[in-house]
Amino acid sequence: METFVQLVLNGLMLGGLFAIISVGLTLIFGIIRLVNFAHGELLMVGMYLTWLGTSQLGLHPYVLAPPLVLVLFVIGVLIQRFILQPLLDARDAHVQIFATVGLSTALINLALLVFGADLYATPSSGVRDSLTFGPFRILIGQLVMFVCGIVVVGALHLFMERTYLGRAIRATAQHRAAAQLMGVDVKRIYIITFGIGAACVGLAAALVAPIYPASPTVGTYFVLTAFVVVVLGGMGSLHGAFIGALLIGLVDSLSAFYIAPDLKEVVIFGLFILILLFRPTGLFGLGRGSE
Amino acid sequence: MLTLHEVRAGYGRTTILHGIDVTVGAGEVVTIVGANGAGKTTTLRTIAGLVRPTAGRITFEGEEIGRLTPHEVVARGITLIPEGRQLFPFMTVRDNLRMGAYTPHARGRMAQTMDEVMDLFPRVREKLEQHAGSLSGGEQQMVAIARGLMARPKLLMFDEPSLGLAPIIVKQVFDVVERIVATGVTVLLVEQNVFRTLSLADRGYVLENGEIVMTDTGAALLRDDHVRRAYLGI
Repeated sequence: METFVQLVLNGLMLGGLFAIISVGLTLIFGIIRLVNFAHGELLMVGMYLTWLGTSQLGLHPYVLAPPLVLVLFVIGVLIQRFILQPLLDARDAHVQIFATVGLSTALINLALLVFGADLYATPSSGVRDSLTFGPFRILIGQLVMFVCGIVVVGALHLFMERTYLGRAIRATAQHRAAAQLMGVDVKRIYIITFGIGAACVGLAAALVAPIYPASPTVGTYFVLTAFVVVVLGGMGSLHGAFIGALLIGLVDSLSAFYIAPDLKEVVIFGLFILILLFRPTGLFGLGRGSE
Repeated sequence: MLTLHEVRAGYGRTTILHGIDVTVGAGEVVTIVGANGAGKTTTLRTIAGLVRPTAGRITFEGEEIGRLTPHEVVARGITLIPEGRQLFPFMTVRDNLRMGAYTPHARGRMAQTMDEVMDLFPRVREKLEQHAGSLSGGEQQMVAIARGLMARPKLLMFDEPSLGLAPIIVKQVFDVVERIVATGVTVLLVEQNVFRTLSLADRGYVLENGEIVMTDTGAALLRDDHVRRAYLGI
């Protein structure tokens, strides 16, 4: 029983990390209607930047989180403005998706060129110390991820519900043409949305770098899981992504122990296929809006 | 106030408007009548910036607006209440109305506008916290009109406000349009209900196959033999 509770704790903490990565992905999907295959590579870029900041500047990875959020926001803005927006009016909507696949490949190879295939471990600086609660242990870094996951999802929810910009973003997702008629500059909304999605990954990078070493393909593992989370939660749903992230965190943790560590991805992606087959709108999916 | 000069527009290679001239003076109520497919909706969408004119000029208060994007047109004071209502279905009625006041000009006076608009639509006030998608067609049309007013437009364009509604609701919609007209806002109205529309309008244009074939006062068009035969079935 103690083992089970410990595994549940581990799973929930991991879920916090998945939540931060997944809300960015689901925002971009729900609002721009774009599957961003370069999401993981943005995480990878963030992790290398964290490594650089810690090893070259001697800063704690968590201190790097705010500047990384900003830098990734700007990178996201530039990608949407200069790569994806020109393709917005392309006859085939899939062109944008292929562009993100191309961007992903380009970033992986750029990382290979600059850093090689070696693993770059960011100094953990206390992040790997653990707190004990009776018989249970939690890494400080995991707890921070979990708390940040809740804060990010909560903050985004408030932003979407309470601000003019947030409402405009939701309006654009629900009815793009009508949003334009209200005076919303839809291209600007897309730019901001991609920026926010990338900024989430910037935070995730600073949190995960002290626990996982950076490598050119590190983004793939996290983001493939995030795709499962987004589909499970319902594409475009913020709280769906949060619940989905916690569930997948639990599945990850429990299946690694009770089934086999090497098979946890089989379990997760088996689940992915089952969701797609039996409930393609996910747990909280409303289906598509009016468009 | 608004002038369309030899405006051509369409979708892709299909030209819908073959060079039309329309003017709307400040404080006027102007209507465009015509059969389905004549180009009425395209005319409004072109003014709103959703369709880009391929030729001709559109000026509003002396400035060329034919190349502006939709949000720039809204910022100039032109609001289109689109055909089919186009509400944000998963937002509350209140948030739909807030979206109506999105432009910086309207945002600053939102609370005041909200009060004024609610006086026009007492029924909408009762539904403020409901999701717009859960309302009936008639209620949705009222919210769509209320949302349009939230922008405090100088020119308000209606595209088929009574389309698809039950006769009793159609009457309510026209009552609301009349009350809005009475407040002095300039209106450009496109409607299938030609009789009521021409009775309401100062002037009207008859649009056939993308060309203006006739223009006169609303009263004169109501008496015109061609209009009576083609659109009133008399």
